[in-house]
This record gives sequence, C-alpha cells and structure tokens, in this order.
Amino acid sequence: MRAMLRALVIAVILGLALPVMGAFPAQAVQPDEILDDPSLEARARALSANLRCVVCQNESIDESNADLARDMRLVVRERLVAGDSDEAVMQFMVDRYGEFVLLSPRRDGVNIILWASGPILLLLGLGFAIAAIRRRGADAPEPLSEEERARLKEIMRE
Amino acid sequence: MIVELGHYALILAFAIALVQTVVPLVGAHKGWAEWMAAANPMATAQFVLVAFAFGALTWAFVTSDFSVQLVVNHSHTLKPMIYKISGVWGNHEGSLLLWVLTLTLFGACAAWFGANLPATLQARVLGVQSSIAAAFMAFTIFTSNPFERTAFAPFDGRDLNPLLQDPGLAFHPPFLYLGYVGLSMAFSFAVAALIEGRIDGAWGRWVRPWTLAAWVFLTLGIALGSYWAYYELGWGGFWFWDPVENASLIPWLFATALLHSAIVVEKRETLKAWTVLLAILGFGFSLLGTFIVRSGLLTSVHAFATDPDRGIWLLAIFAGFMSVALILFALRGAALEAKGVFATISRETALVLNNVLLAVSGFVVFVGTMWPLVAEMVFGRVLSVGPPFFNAAFTPFFVALAIILPVGAVLSWKRGNVWKAARGMWGIGVLALAVGALVWVMQTGGSMLAPMGVVLGIWVVLGALADLWMRSGRGAITGRLRRMARLPRADWGKATAHAGLGVVIFAIATMLGWQSEDIRVAREGQSFEHGAYTLTLEEVRRVQGPNYTSTMGFVTVTRNGRHVADLRPERRIYPAAGMPTTEAGIDYGFTRDVYVTLGDPQEGGGWALRSYIRPFATWLWAGSLMMALGGLLSLSDRRYRIAAGARAGSAPARAAPSPAE
Repeated sequence: MRAMLRALVIAVILGLALPVMGAFPAQAVQPDEILDDPSLEARARALSANLRCVVCQNESIDESNADLARDMRLVVRERLVAGDSDEAVMQFMVDRYGEFVLLSPRRDGVNIILWASGPILLLLGLGFAIAAIRRRGADAPEPLSEEERARLKEIMRE
Repeated sequence: MIVELGHYALILAFAIALVQTVVPLVGAHKGWAEWMAAANPMATAQFVLVAFAFGALTWAFVTSDFSVQLVVNHSHTLKPMIYKISGVWGNHEGSLLLWVLTLTLFGACAAWFGANLPATLQARVLGVQSSIAAAFMAFTIFTSNPFERTAFAPFDGRDLNPLLQDPGLAFHPPFLYLGYVGLSMAFSFAVAALIEGRIDGAWGRWVRPWTLAAWVFLTLGIALGSYWAYYELGWGGFWFWDPVENASLIPWLFATALLHSAIVVEKRETLKAWTVLLAILGFGFSLLGTFIVRSGLLTSVHAFATDPDRGIWLLAIFAGFMSVALILFALRGAALEAKGVFATISRETALVLNNVLLAVSGFVVFVGTMWPLVAEMVFGRVLSVGPPFFNAAFTPFFVALAIILPVGAVLSWKRGNVWKAARGMWGIGVLALAVGALVWVMQTGGSMLAPMGVVLGIWVVLGALADLWMRSGRGAITGRLRRMARLPRADWGKATAHAGLGVVIFAIATMLGWQSEDIRVAREGQSFEHGAYTLTLEEVRRVQGPNYTSTMGFVTVTRNGRHVADLRPERRIYPAAGMPTTEAGIDYGFTRDVYVTLGDPQEGGGWALRSYIRPFATWLWAGSLMMALGGLLSLSDRRYRIAAGARAGSAPARAAPSPAE
C-alpha cells in the first residue's frame, strides 16, 4: 500500500503519470498475442505458467498485467514459432533473465533439499509416529496383582 | 479529543497487561488466591479499554477526521460508509489494533467463562495471554501508533486501496485475525499446562473449543480471501501460493491437526505432549505469518506496510514467545505422561496419521515459502518457488489424507479392525472408482486431475454420510433416521466438515481440469460462441460510481437461443488513489460459472474480452462453508455447552477421574 503510493508519487514526479484512461494495465494474455496454431499456443500458455514475471511479485507471466510480462510472453511465442523445443525456450529465458524466472525451481544442487523436504519429512514423521505407537503398545498396563484383584472384587461387591 | 482518549486507553490497557502478565503467574506459583483472582477483572478491564480505543479510531474514520494521519492515508469523504469502517483495519496500524482487540477479547472470555477451570490453570492462562497482548500493545504504541495526529489537516484523504474496497475484503482480515488470535488461546493453554506440569481430559475439553473457533474463523477468512481473488483479480484464479496466502494456510493446517489431536487428549488422555507442541507451533506459525506479511521480507502481492524496523519487532516477538515455549516444552514435555493406551490399529493411530500428514504438509509449504530467502542468503542462488512446486509437493498429502479419512473416521477407539471398519465402505469405494472411470472415459482427452477429484470427492462425501449411517444402529430405516437425527452435534459437525473437504477437493479438481477460456477482440454488437453458450457484447459505456468511474461492458449470455444472464464486467478507476481495478461479470450457476472480464479497447476498434466457463466453481465456496459449518456444529455440542470440565455427561465410557486432582 505504502510502496504503491510511494511508487505513484515517484511516477508523478518523473512526469510519467499516465492520463486517467490510459492508466489501465494491459491484461494478461492479449488477443493479439495469440498464435494461430492452437497446439503452439497451448505450449506457449503452459510454458508461460511456469515463468515468473520478473518485475512482478510472485506472478507468472501468464497471469501478469505488466508490460514486461507481455514482452516475455511474446519472446516465448517467438521462440516457439522459430521451432524451439519447450526445454530450449525455458533455457533461453533462463539465459536471459536468470534462474529467478523459473517458478518451478530446478532439481539440482541445494534445491534437492527443497524438493526432497516433503518425502523426507514424511518418512521422519511416520518413523517417529510408529516408534511412539510401538512404545505405547509396549507399556500397556500390567495385569492386576492378586492384591488388586481382591480389592476390585471388594469394590464390585459394594 | 476522542482520539486522544482512545490513545490514552490503549496505553492504560498496556500497563494493565504488564501487571496481568506478572501477578497471576506469581500468584499461581505461590498459591496466593487473591493474586490469581486479580487476573479476572484485569482481563475484563484490558478488553474494555482496547474496545474503547478501537471505537475511538473507528469514530475518527467514520467522521473523516483528517487531523489523524491514519485517516488521511486510508480514507476519503466520498467513500461509502462500509469502507470507511473497514478502512479502520485496512492498514497496518489499525489492523494491529484489531489484532490486540481480539487478543484481549479472547483473554476476557477465558476470564468470564473459565470459572470451572482449576484456579491455578486459569490464572496461568490469563497471565500468558496477557503477555502476548502486552507485546502487541507495545508494538502498536511504540512503532505503529494509529492515533498519530498530523500538524496540517488536509481537506480530504488519500482513499483506501481500491482493491480493498470490496465486501469480501472488508471482512476477510477480521476473520483471519480471529483465527490467528484464537490460536493464541491454544498457545496460552499449552504454556500454562507446561508450567503447571499436568494435562488431563478437562484441558483437552477446554482447548478444543478455542481451537475449533479459531479454525472456523481461519477457514472462513481463507475462503473469503480466495473468493475475493476469484472475482476481483480478473482471471478467476483462487489460490496463488503467494507467501501471504501460505502464511494463512500453514496455521490452518496446524490448527486442523491440533483440533484432531485435542480430541485424542480429551477422550483418551494420550498424545498430550504432541498436542501441546502443535498448539505452540500453530500459534508460532501465525506469528510468523504476521511477520511475513508486514516485514517485507518476502515479496508478495499483498504484503502491506512493509517496513524492516517493524519486521525486527515482530521477529523479536515471534522469537521470544517461541523460544520460551519450546524451552518449556523441552523441559516439561516429557512429564506430560500419557494415560490411555491404544493398539496399532485404532482411531488414535488414524488420528496420528492425520496429524503427521497435516503437519508435514504444513512444513512443506513453510519450506517452499522460505526457500527463496534461504537459497539467496545461504547459497547465493536467486530463485523463485512458485505454484508448480507447491502443487507437486503439497497435493499428494491431501490425496493421502482424503484416501484414509473415511476409514480412519469409523475405526474404533483403542483397538480397531480395518476390515470391519471398511465393511460399510467397500460399496462407496467401488462406486467412487466406477464413477471416476466413467468420467475419465467420457472426457475427451485432458488430464487425470478431474477424474481423480471425482473419485476422491465421492469417496470422502459418501464416507462421511456412511459414518453417520453406521452410527445409527440397526433396524428399520425410519428408526435409524430418527436415531441419526439424535446423534450428538459433534458427530454431525464431523460429518459435515469432512463432507465439505470432499466437496472442496471435487470442486478444485474439476474446475482446474475442465475450465475453458476464450480470449478475443469483440466489437460492440458482436456475438461469439463459447462452449454451449453464445455471448454478445452489446455495448461498452462509461458509468459514474460513488467514488470511481467505470467502463462497463454489457454482455448477454444465451444458450440455445434462451436468455441465461446479463453480465456487467467493469474496469474501474478510483481517482483519489489513482488506481484501476477490474470487476468481473459472473453468472453463478450450480454446475458452472460463466465469467467475463473486459480488457483494453483495441486499436482497430472493439474491446479485448475474456470469457471463462468454470465448472463447479461455486462448489469450492460451498465446500469451504460446509467445513466452517461443521466446525460450528461441533462447537455447539452439548459437552461444550454444559460446563466444560464438568464430568457429568454423555460419555459414560470416559476414563475415571484422574486421582491427581
């Protein structure tokens, strides 16, 4: 909120304040961006959903309204039309904008910790739970002693 | 003047909170009854004072008192009254005051309704709760004073962020706060029990309603936020795995685990240490969530009032409370010995499994949320963790949960038999798989997502119904139905909430699997087909709203020539804040939503127009509401309405009263 206001103030100072009607951000995928070939377009959409708009906060270029996101979408489509494979397009984007653009982090190096965290934590949790349940089963109450049995009979009679 | 009085009341409340942190704890330690009893009036006084302070701030907003800096920054005279009021908490300072208000309200409730708690436990709970309130009051007063005046009062304010001027968002934050802060109660009970060194069924019976209430509010808050995203952000997404969303999801997951494990403490007096740990972690993650939202540590769409100095304060509060609680747990946790024993196959084990899955899924979301930070600071890798990761890493846990839920829910306590429990479930399982297979065959291509959602949805919903049915005994159908109606509300609550989860799973999977999208340039008067529907952009007009101007599209939807709906997608601009928003035109339906948004005017004439058909979208909100309703039903169960902790009751099978009393 503050940051937004601050940004707005800066924009006004720099004389970049847009006329009221022009202030609308472009909206996600524009009709003129769509490729004629539906299969290429589908691939473009799938790739876009995995690429981060680098000036936005946690938005993919597929859903972002920023101008830069539009540029990035166009680049993706350009590469696809040029015949690049999906991997090649992603690599192209990474070369250009850095690893930061990948919304699905690569499974290499330290990122293995991230990707393996779920299974490892699950195994730990299950192991811990099984150990605890076993232990609990083991210290089930001992059978009553003669004395206790006699006392119980007495109580029952009352 | 009223504003100054509010400020003064807050400072006074802070002083009382400090005293209330010390006096009852010392009293409980020394066994001084007067010192313990002093906590009750102090808790009430804190609440009354903070309520007055909050009222004073609300007054400043309602009367548009532009000599108050906060009102200048977040209000405007032309704004509708409801948003003037919601503006009170639509900002950092005011929302903190709301946070403090709910903290003291919950504290006061423990004072008002806690007469049947052991005196030392009540005193300790109030002491711990008050220490949390004191920390947040200090934070508010010293770094984020909402009552600050400005030297030169302007004629008008700068308006509330237009995105927040929406009924959904007006009530989304208070619900979330009630949820976060409700977990503080579970935390206070956990820490008090650790100090006390003892936990029994009565403790569980006390903690569960607080956790349930917190969970209901969290569920509603998250659902409202998600619904808001759906209709406001313009393309119908409902969950983005944004750090701030995760910050609310993680406490929800832990609260869900906690309210399940608290049942085990209440009924079987076991899993005590684990439940206490969950209570501590649940509140810990809600503190961490607050920290994430307000510190600007993680960039997010809705991180507001990002300010590193405030972040340090919150981090200190978080670290302080968590380290004290966890050290106490390490020292005393082992002393919370379990009474009940249970076999490997039992309801207890099923609930342990539920807890493991929920807690691990919570940790995974946490790891994913924090990973970009860790990777950059420790390993020097600048990267992002987005929806593809979370979808892949989180979903399996909920699939597993949904698979074990119906069987686990009907297993016997103490010693169960999976095959016996599953006997009534075979039919449902086969039916679910059969319908899923049918759906898979009928859908042309597409992913496995929707068929899997159908299978799980049917399995969980019918499983919940079967649970009720199996509890209705034997005999004629009418007799069983009558007995079913007389089952305790807790049983109905359980079935409703579980069925709600099934509906949510079904809705998410089918919506994502089957939605269709159309993006095109439409001229005024032009029609086009989308799925079974014909959409016509009749015209686009400028419309003046109370504090905005709107470009409104008039779209008619027909099906086979029959009129279905008139939609009014809008693009609004709020001149005071200089911000545009989009308002989708949505025709809500039982089996599908037709969703239209208006885009830019195009150079060659016409407008960019997007339309979506989203199957079963309403089911997502209906399912969330069912979950919350289930929580409410459970909360209204007889055993909570009659004095909690009293032993008279509906469960003759309960363990004998503990001799330690």
